[in-house]
Amino acid sequence: MMSPNTSTKTVTTSATVTCVLETRNLLKKFGGITATDHVNLKLQQGARHALIGPNGAGKTTLINLMTGVLPATAGQIFLQGQEISHIAPHLRVRQGLVRTFQINQLFDTLTPLETLAMVISQQKGLGARVWQALGAQADVVNRAEELLELFHLQAVHDQVTAQMPYGKRRLLEMAIALACEPRVLLLDEPVAGVPAGEREELLRTVSNLPKDVSILLIEHDMDLVFDFADTITVLVNGAVLTEGTPREIANDPQVKAVYLGHGEELQHV
Amino acid sequence: MRAHKASMQMQKQLLKASQWTWQEVLLWALVFATPWIFPGHALIVNEVAIVALFALSLDLVLGYAGVVSLGHAAFLGFGAYTAALFAKHIMPDPFAGLLVGMSASTLLGAVFSLTILRGTDLTRLMVTLGLALILLELANKLDWLTGGSDGLQGVLMGPVLGRFEFDLMGQTAASYSLAVLFILFIAVRHWVHSPLGATVKAIRDNRLRASAIGINVNAKIALVYTVAAALAGAAGALMAQTTGFASLDIFALDRSADVMLMLVIGGVGWLYGGLLGAVGFKLMHDVISSITPQYWTFWIGLFLVVLVLVGRDKLLKPWKWWA
Repeated sequence: MMSPNTSTKTVTTSATVTCVLETRNLLKKFGGITATDHVNLKLQQGARHALIGPNGAGKTTLINLMTGVLPATAGQIFLQGQEISHIAPHLRVRQGLVRTFQINQLFDTLTPLETLAMVISQQKGLGARVWQALGAQADVVNRAEELLELFHLQAVHDQVTAQMPYGKRRLLEMAIALACEPRVLLLDEPVAGVPAGEREELLRTVSNLPKDVSILLIEHDMDLVFDFADTITVLVNGAVLTEGTPREIANDPQVKAVYLGHGEELQHV
Repeated sequence: MRAHKASMQMQKQLLKASQWTWQEVLLWALVFATPWIFPGHALIVNEVAIVALFALSLDLVLGYAGVVSLGHAAFLGFGAYTAALFAKHIMPDPFAGLLVGMSASTLLGAVFSLTILRGTDLTRLMVTLGLALILLELANKLDWLTGGSDGLQGVLMGPVLGRFEFDLMGQTAASYSLAVLFILFIAVRHWVHSPLGATVKAIRDNRLRASAIGINVNAKIALVYTVAAALAGAAGALMAQTTGFASLDIFALDRSADVMLMLVIGGVGWLYGGLLGAVGFKLMHDVISSITPQYWTFWIGLFLVVLVLVGRDKLLKPWKWWA
């Protein structure tokens, strides 16, 4: 078993103690296009932080950089004070940085129960076990059952994922992330495609997670964002436009301009 | 209390997959009886048991890990030549030779696994094919060791467990191969139902997400590939030991292609797929080639086209055609 700490440099400063996730001058270029433009973002311990911005603002790219799906062109990423800029994606997960995907990424031939039991086994370090059957450990099954209940998946727990209705698949997408026991949870439009009445409840479920889970949420629906977040960062053209409380953001003329469709002018400011 | 009850129920459901059913027990009892029920066909039973093990090996790679290979015969051949050389020059004991053959293929699998981690399915097909061809040519060129194109002859095996001599009818050979197949099958069965097996299926289903839940995808694929190489090496060792011979055609593309056909016939990602596919393929081979020796590939080709276009489920259940 590889210790996750051996491959990272420890860079702890007093300023980063309550900051669980931080990017410093993070830059990503695809050829001549700058998708992420020197982003400095700090996610505080226990935060319910939202990341908003028009389509193509680079929100998902930013998450891909943080989780290591894409390599950054320049800049640094810190997780709980440790630099993680260059470590492999799966090791970032083992350090507590977990994400969900805008487009469902599920294990289609497994059932939700098998999926969660597998993820929990993996998270508990049993992922390499061969002498036990999946589900032989009661605590693994108990946790899987808790998550199935939390996300209303009990009724379909034994159904093959590929055959589940979209709404349930969306819930499983989130349950998988929670099964990883995240310290920092990155949610990429988690309620996209979920029926209007159920969105609030789903976000409330997430919001009610213990405060030792810090959350960064990408979401388009402004009402949902203002209910959920204590801090909002606005991303435009890959760069941070502004950051503040929901009230500050709601009254910010620049943000209004972007969301009222005058973004073109702003880009040239 | 209610939640506790629910999770007990779920634990039962999860464990059900790993429990033996009576159909399985019956099937294996029948399998072990075949060399005695059909004493005249023990040699064919032996052959089928060996290719079934080979197919089980490819199923781990293709069916469970989702990695394509057109050169799986590399491990079969390497195990066969190693076991034959070991028997000829060092020790004639079958089980010792089997372990040596398996170990050699395991090492080869670990090294070759590095070549299949990158690229696409097409590159993997080419790389695996290429490696098998390289081994074929090496076995051909190193004739002082391998006998070259004449094959490695004069492999005399000792008795199994020091007691059971290999007989001309092939009953010892068949029982020996079936026993090895069974033991390795149990190991694989255990393996695919473990948490490790589940992570491998997860990688097959979705590599991006597998990595996003903390699975080291490349390490797991390399591990599966290496384990599969060990199984193929065991099949090769059995082949050399029970025929007393190892020849170049064991590395040939036909071998790698045939075993893939067997999996297609029996079904991939299913433990019994390789076994049933091997039986089906061998039976078809024998029946069709006894009717029309030259044109049997025509019929197997036709069968494959129909199988793939119509689907296995529909083909096996004709009563569903009009349902």
